[in-house]
Amino acid sequence: EASKVGCSVPAARKTGTTICGVVFKDGVVLGADTRATEGMIVADKNCSKIHYISPNIYCCGAGTAADTEMTTQLISSNLELHSLSTGRLPRVATANRMLKQMLFRYQGYIGAALVLGGVDCNGPHLYSIYPHGSTDKLPYVTMGSGSLAAMAVFEDRYKPDMEEDAAKQLVRDAIAAGIFNDLGSGSNIDLCVITKNKVNYIRPHDEANKKGVRTGDYKYKQGTTGVLTKAVTPIDLELLEESVQTMDTS
Amino acid sequence: MRGQPLLSPVIHREKMAAAPVMMPYFGQQISSKSDLVPDWTRQEVSTGTTIMAVEYDGGVVIGADSRTTTGAYIANRVTDKLTRIHDKIYCCRSGSAADTQAIAEVVAYQLGFHSIELDEPPLVETAANLFRASCYRYREELTAGILVAGWDKRKGGQVYSVPIGGMLVRQPVSVGGSGSTYIYGFMDANYKPGMNKEQCMEITAAALSLAMERDGSSGGVVRLASISEEGVERRVILGNQLPKFSTH
Repeated sequence: EASKVGCSVPAARKTGTTICGVVFKDGVVLGADTRATEGMIVADKNCSKIHYISPNIYCCGAGTAADTEMTTQLISSNLELHSLSTGRLPRVATANRMLKQMLFRYQGYIGAALVLGGVDCNGPHLYSIYPHGSTDKLPYVTMGSGSLAAMAVFEDRYKPDMEEDAAKQLVRDAIAAGIFNDLGSGSNIDLCVITKNKVNYIRPHDEANKKGVRTGDYKYKQGTTGVLTKAVTPIDLELLEESVQTMDTS
Repeated sequence: MRGQPLLSPVIHREKMAAAPVMMPYFGQQISSKSDLVPDWTRQEVSTGTTIMAVEYDGGVVIGADSRTTTGAYIANRVTDKLTRIHDKIYCCRSGSAADTQAIAEVVAYQLGFHSIELDEPPLVETAANLFRASCYRYREELTAGILVAGWDKRKGGQVYSVPIGGMLVRQPVSVGGSGSTYIYGFMDANYKPGMNKEQCMEITAAALSLAMERDGSSGGVVRLASISEEGVERRVILGNQLPKFSTH
């Protein structure tokens, strides 16, 4: 009925996206770009795609933005309850099971493609989870429209048991490959480094696409246009309410 | 529903156990409405696959390739399609990755529970029937071709085939997946009853290599496992170590 009126139904906001993860010597590094698209328009230039699941587990999300957001929040909540029930720090495999069982139940209609990573009592773990509910446990994974660009970087330079700095650089380069070669990905690079005792959520790690400063000015000087006549009519208005909303001019 | 998988592109009832048919597989992927959105949003993840299981006196040998695809992209090139259901019962998965993972996890749970109730290792036939129960009941919704293989005390090494549609049949040798079409002739010519474990390993590796060479949806490494009273022994044959048949 919307098309009869002349409007089109707004497309669900999809994160075009490049997300990836890598297992290194002491833990995992997760990376993501920060562009959210609505069709061919950038809806959010700096959105956060690395979601909290538990103190030791984080999840990058690609696909439909609402689906990744709500799915990770739901599982995060259930996992916290589970953790209180068991009295233990949650395991990545548990989060993986909960996510895949939910996504399978919805037969792919929840468009959430996730990169789940964390460190638990059994060491560092990394999973990729697809919308239909299949998962893969691997040392390095990429997802999203920029996944092929990022995977090319990983397949060239990944080595097992890397140091933290090398792993961070690798993930940064993989996301950068997605940002610069995929139209659906862009803006900045966020990283999340998870180790046994510490989580380092670096947002942004790399502002790869800073807005430039204008070199010229289109404003004309006062007096450029000659004024012929001037008539001033004051209108008395009573100020009832004032509220200020800042606009994002970045 | 569009974009169902691609292991056995045939989703209609064939008289033969899910003989996967050659379909213009690659034609589906060429149309991409939006370049922003990759294949995985439209194509389900499928274990393209070649899988195989052989009985010998004292156990079974199972084998699979390692490729999982979403459309034309290889989502995982080192997949382990030989999934543990119980200590001495494994299954080979082909079809939709999500469907087969979900079914295998459910059956593993049911069998584990059953085994604890029995206080005995479960029978391979029991595991096969649990697979068949799920695959037949939900046959309209699922795309799963599974080989169940293992060892138990009662009947020794057994291979059960549960193809798409939910049939159950025990066979001394069985192949499955999109790549299996290329090796039926090879199996008919070269399989002989009464082979020992090493011979079974060799014929499995050879058959899988041939299928992987010809089928675009199969590839990567060959994963083998043998299951017997002694336990489970797993092997991996890397791409460059595969038996070579072609001279050109």
